[in-house]
Amino acid sequence: MRLLALDTATEACSAALLVEGEVLERYEVAPRRHAELVLPMLESLLDEAGLSLSRLDALAFGRGPGAFTGLRIAAGVAQGIALGAELPVVPVSTLAALAHGAFRERGETAVLAGIDARMGEVYWGIYRGVEAGVMECVGEECVCPPQVVPVPPGKGWFGAGTAWACHGEILARRLGPRLAAWAGDSLPRARDIAVLGAGLYRAGRAVDPAQALPVYLRDKVVAEKADATDRGRE
Amino acid sequence: MRVLGIETSCDETSVAVYDSETGIVAHEIYSQQTLHAAYGGVVPELASRDHIRKLLPMVRGVVREAGGRESLQGVAYTAGPGLIGALLVGVAVGRSLAWAWGLPAVAIHHMEGHLLAPMLEPVPPAFPFLALLVSGGHTLLVRVGGLGDYDILGDTLDDAVGEAFDKTAKALGLPYPGGPALEALARGGDPARFTFPRPMTDRPGLDFSFSGLKTHVLQTLCRSDASPQARADIAAGFQQAVVETLAIKCRRALRETGLRQLVIAGGVGANQALREKLQAVVDEEGAALFYPRLEYCTDNAAMIAYAGWLRLARGERCPASFNARARWSLASLR
Repeated sequence: MRLLALDTATEACSAALLVEGEVLERYEVAPRRHAELVLPMLESLLDEAGLSLSRLDALAFGRGPGAFTGLRIAAGVAQGIALGAELPVVPVSTLAALAHGAFRERGETAVLAGIDARMGEVYWGIYRGVEAGVMECVGEECVCPPQVVPVPPGKGWFGAGTAWACHGEILARRLGPRLAAWAGDSLPRARDIAVLGAGLYRAGRAVDPAQALPVYLRDKVVAEKADATDRGRE
Repeated sequence: MRVLGIETSCDETSVAVYDSETGIVAHEIYSQQTLHAAYGGVVPELASRDHIRKLLPMVRGVVREAGGRESLQGVAYTAGPGLIGALLVGVAVGRSLAWAWGLPAVAIHHMEGHLLAPMLEPVPPAFPFLALLVSGGHTLLVRVGGLGDYDILGDTLDDAVGEAFDKTAKALGLPYPGGPALEALARGGDPARFTFPRPMTDRPGLDFSFSGLKTHVLQTLCRSDASPQARADIAAGFQQAVVETLAIKCRRALRETGLRQLVIAGGVGANQALREKLQAVVDEEGAALFYPRLEYCTDNAAMIAYAGWLRLARGERCPASFNARARWSLASLR
């Protein structure tokens, strides 16, 4: 299995190459520099592995949620490469990637993944590690104020992502005894998207390049966009 | 040589293939107009969301129509000026596609595309020429010496012509987009009933100002009975004031530069009254008028593919590192 992955959903920009279970990664926290960095990152990974696009099985990208413009950069790059190299695309949730990061780094298998959504809200997903490379969403991902996030059953849950850095106290109060610990410093990474993408690919979840689309979760954008109209990227 | 062009700078998604031997071989434009009509103007986030859904199927269709990927030698995309989020969709897809194909890519300035659009016509102008660039975001008089040789002779100090048209149309209660609606309303109006100023024509120079004219329209409307006839008369008077103002400056620019070819480009270039008036001006001045056909007046990828071919043929290449620019001065191009 050979798969290239990219993510530009948050302040981080990353790319990863998965070749027969081994992962190479480029990762940089670089707000507003995604467009500049992402293709050179992918290029350097292929160079390092001595691979060309035609030798890949699929392309995976962080489909969101996250910053709207960043999601479209990832989707646009995925669409362009996939069409050009005739590759199937695997859209991967950035919340699942956060959850998998917690699994990879700390062995957590019950993760409350949250990304700060600004305007007093969080993007939220409840994830369970099923086996290596597979995180299963419990219920549905959503965007809502931290005071009312959906709460999982049971105990031992670990909180991961910037939602916890911004609203840790509120979320901890909401979760009560279900929560074991949390860390708010992690961002979605392409290495996790690559591993999850490979699992989804094997499960037959790859799509046509035209279906490589962002999942914003926040779909009421007109009223709140009045102030962001020409300011550029969020 | 064949170049794929992509345009997503505002509310049109467009893809084209230009062939240096035969001209445009495939071209599609999708307008988001109905999407934004309910909001009375372009909503940037909605525009971006629509571009990312529509662009790839259009690229596929146009490439297929042009005879497939093997016939292409380069990719060009609008990288600015425009709505940053909308631009980034076209840039990301276009640059990545070229990267995967192993083809050279070039970033194109949207207004350069408009400036060069008349070159796609059977009888094109020859360098150097004078260009009046009129759109929703720009009002420029430019001396075009050649590719990348743009001398800005006049610019608007406030509103662009298209903006003045849209705002006036809104004041008159016309639906978005206001320009064409205002032109239609003006046809049944008496331009002489109300007098409107010809801003900045009584002083030397080639700059424009249209915000005062818009205010004048509002005041005239308040003082009138606002009947359908009064609205039509105001529309006609406003349009005539704009057209004459542009004509006065074009005549002045032709005389000052000694150029004998005038090009009208940009969305407002589709205005029939403007074309007729400028035709009269060039006839009197012993000059010639050039304008692109209607589909190359609005935002389109044909002009981007064409400008892309010129730049690629000159050896220009963009690195894998891409970007888009909301603001980008035409005069900074080389």
